[in-house]
Amino acid sequence: MTYQPIIGIEIHVQLKTASKMFCGCKNYPFGAKKPNFYTCPVCLGLPGALPVPNKKAIEWTIALGLALKCQINSLSKFDRKHYFYPDLPKGYQISQYDSPFCFNGKVTTSQGEVSIRRIHLEEDTGKLIHASVNGKKVTLIDFNRSGVPLIEIVSEPQIHSPAQAKECAKKIFQIIRYLNLSDADMEKGQLRLEANVSLRPKNRQDLPNYKVELKNINSFRFLEKAIETEIKRQTEILLQGKTPVQETRGYNAEKNLTYPQRSKEEAADYRYFPEPDIPPIRISSQWLESIKNSLPLDYETLLASWEKSYRVEKHLVSLLFDTHHQAAWLEKLFQKAKRLGIEVRRLVNFLANKKIKVNLFAHEEPQKILDLFHEQTQTISIEVEELERAIDQVIKHNPQAVADFRKGKKNVLNFLLGQTLKLLGKKVDPKQIIKLINEKIS
Amino acid sequence: MGLRLTLKKAIELLDNKEISLKEIYQDLFEKYSQENNQYNIYLSVNKNSFSEAQTKKDKPLRGLPIAVKDNILTLGLPATASSNILRNYWPQYEATVTKRIKEAGGVVFGKTNLDAWAHGSSTETSDFGPTKNPRNPQYSPGGSSGGSAAAVAADMAIASLGTETAGSIRQPAAWCGVVGLKPTYGRVSRYGIIAMGSSLDCPGPITKTVEDSAILLQLIAGKDNFDATTSSHPVPDYQKNLKKGVKNFKIGICYIDHPQLSQTLAAKATLKAGKIFECLGAEVEIIKTSTQLQKNRILTHEYAISVYTIVQRAEVSSNLARYDGIRYGQSREFFGHEAKNRIILGTFILSKGYAEKYYLLAQKVRRLYVENFKQLFSKYDLLISPASPSFALPLGSSANNPMFGELQDMLVEPSSLAGICGLSIPMFLDEKTNLYLGLNIMGNYFQEEKILQAGWVFEQTTDWNSWKN
Repeated sequence: MTYQPIIGIEIHVQLKTASKMFCGCKNYPFGAKKPNFYTCPVCLGLPGALPVPNKKAIEWTIALGLALKCQINSLSKFDRKHYFYPDLPKGYQISQYDSPFCFNGKVTTSQGEVSIRRIHLEEDTGKLIHASVNGKKVTLIDFNRSGVPLIEIVSEPQIHSPAQAKECAKKIFQIIRYLNLSDADMEKGQLRLEANVSLRPKNRQDLPNYKVELKNINSFRFLEKAIETEIKRQTEILLQGKTPVQETRGYNAEKNLTYPQRSKEEAADYRYFPEPDIPPIRISSQWLESIKNSLPLDYETLLASWEKSYRVEKHLVSLLFDTHHQAAWLEKLFQKAKRLGIEVRRLVNFLANKKIKVNLFAHEEPQKILDLFHEQTQTISIEVEELERAIDQVIKHNPQAVADFRKGKKNVLNFLLGQTLKLLGKKVDPKQIIKLINEKIS
Repeated sequence: MGLRLTLKKAIELLDNKEISLKEIYQDLFEKYSQENNQYNIYLSVNKNSFSEAQTKKDKPLRGLPIAVKDNILTLGLPATASSNILRNYWPQYEATVTKRIKEAGGVVFGKTNLDAWAHGSSTETSDFGPTKNPRNPQYSPGGSSGGSAAAVAADMAIASLGTETAGSIRQPAAWCGVVGLKPTYGRVSRYGIIAMGSSLDCPGPITKTVEDSAILLQLIAGKDNFDATTSSHPVPDYQKNLKKGVKNFKIGICYIDHPQLSQTLAAKATLKAGKIFECLGAEVEIIKTSTQLQKNRILTHEYAISVYTIVQRAEVSSNLARYDGIRYGQSREFFGHEAKNRIILGTFILSKGYAEKYYLLAQKVRRLYVENFKQLFSKYDLLISPASPSFALPLGSSANNPMFGELQDMLVEPSSLAGICGLSIPMFLDEKTNLYLGLNIMGNYFQEEKILQAGWVFEQTTDWNSWKN
């Protein structure tokens, strides 16, 4: 019996808005001088504190939705999701239940289209720190992260291979970075990946009666590997005629295996209900229009247009930038290069292969990059007499090499070329030098 | 006998230098030390209030003392919500209402007793003992803002702030023979008030006169950037039209045809109030109660009890989740019986499979009340009803009766669910027991001006107010 993997992914991303989701606190958990530095009654969940939603965070969520070809709910709302955990100071998380800002989007991968079920906005929790104070084991809570805007992107279970899961997640990541909504640094937990994996017999069309949620995945590569190893594990169980347990499993990258974390046979009851402290949010067509207008050129469209007008290779040029601000900068660079008759394709290859050492976006003016490129890649022409003088001198000082060449050691030419360039101290076309040396010593 | 000052009078006397702040505070502290033990009104008192007052002489409230319900967070005093869970809780920030009062020259004199977490209508569920009605200490002051109403009635405060979820300002005001104003939901900020039923909670003034309510409302009303449910609807000058009377107002009398109510003194007094308004030039008629949503009929309050119970319990169970035993120093065992009851019922209501059946259905029925009031206010300027079906009940009569609060509040729940404004003013005094009945004057959304106008002229025309000149 062969099985087809049924995979869905969930991505959590912290938005890098200036302030937190429901209060005016600085949204900068990694830059805080000390724990609980950027906190207030709202993100500490103190009695009487009330949430006021961050308009920018809502606009960014909708912007991402539009970039992922989602439909936007004209009337949306926040809901309370209840569960008990010490890092959740109100006893509930403000999230979105049945009317997320965005739904029905899609991501195109090389192995087919993947639908995006929904994108919603919520608040991040605090962070538990397990420490030892005066020899006593304690758990401390840091609320700097509490209330940081967090978006959750959920795909439909339409992914059928580990590689496709990786590609899909990476595409979403690229778009988030391109829109400059988050730094999406996985090491800092700004982007968190989860996958739901199950297997079904090749000839079936319905969804399997179980699914396994994979957590603790902190890179795209590990997403692929975790799913691979989970598929292997599930296949073995299925081949024994059993059904894998519905549960949450962690991924151990060192051992490349998944391990059980929490059984999920019974679904948790979060007792969702509409957040009474925040009135429903109407997304008017004007508001939606203004968000649309603020969007940069679509990522894929941009790459396609560059491919067309500059003949650059998409995968190479995409290595050069993350955000649309950087893309706009590159566009200026490319235009200028084109005007100066520089081949943009070559420039991109050079930059992508890091053949020249330049700090791309540090310079104000693309001109400086072009100067550097020119300086480091272009040869200069010099008077033939000057060149001949230098070659003569090199021949004179290296009689042994000349003798070796005459005995048939052709690669000595490169040595002589190097010596000549060194003597000249200028970047002269090597072909011209080799031709001259050849003439002189053959 | 004490000074028996209203806000208005105190400001006048201070401005004419006929009295000093020192005399006012001395009088209050004297009264406090003589009588607080007897009535159990204040849970904490601000010892620095007089020195704070002296820095505020030039501001609108002239440094005058205001009593504040203990579920409102003020800096410098504990905020317990009358619950053992918060018995040692000192707030780290100031509620918007008291911030505005303080900025306007008011001083928080002390924090008043309430039913624990504002769960109740008698102040008897307070973990710190019941408050007694200063009009007759054998009786309950009502609740949950019983302490704030009693403080005013006992002249232990010039004016006070309470909060209402359904009746918690108007019913104790009625039982204590004072004035209580429940503003439109969203008119006054809830920021810094320990949440009970978040979609219903509304802070408001409890005062000796209607004019004092207008003065306090003026200071606390308006958009607050810390409360997303506050309205940016403009705040009028509440004193401007205060004395213009009710001439040509169309007033409807509600609920008195209900079989359980029609023979009560409360119903009769309400009819009489209607007559008075008629004499003052208003057009008054009785509105029939209907079990269906019908034009020019008022929807029976009986559904409101179920709807209110479901919505409020659900929100309570959510709002109390933060008192998880990790913070605030007391474990969950310290929750009183009533709070536990409500948490359990609310948790059940929101559980999977039941939320649709109860919570979402309740919200739909709630819309019917909104529609009903909208329609009625297209015809009537004001609606009146008793604020409570009875006089204050004897202390102890709410024990072992979890539905006690709801029965008492049944007349105010429809308007609370709809979120419209209401004012309770004294409309009858029983000389034998020295207890009062209150008239509930309800107005459309953001029509506080109109209910104050009607309240003022009623107060002036009748003899029920204890502080009239």
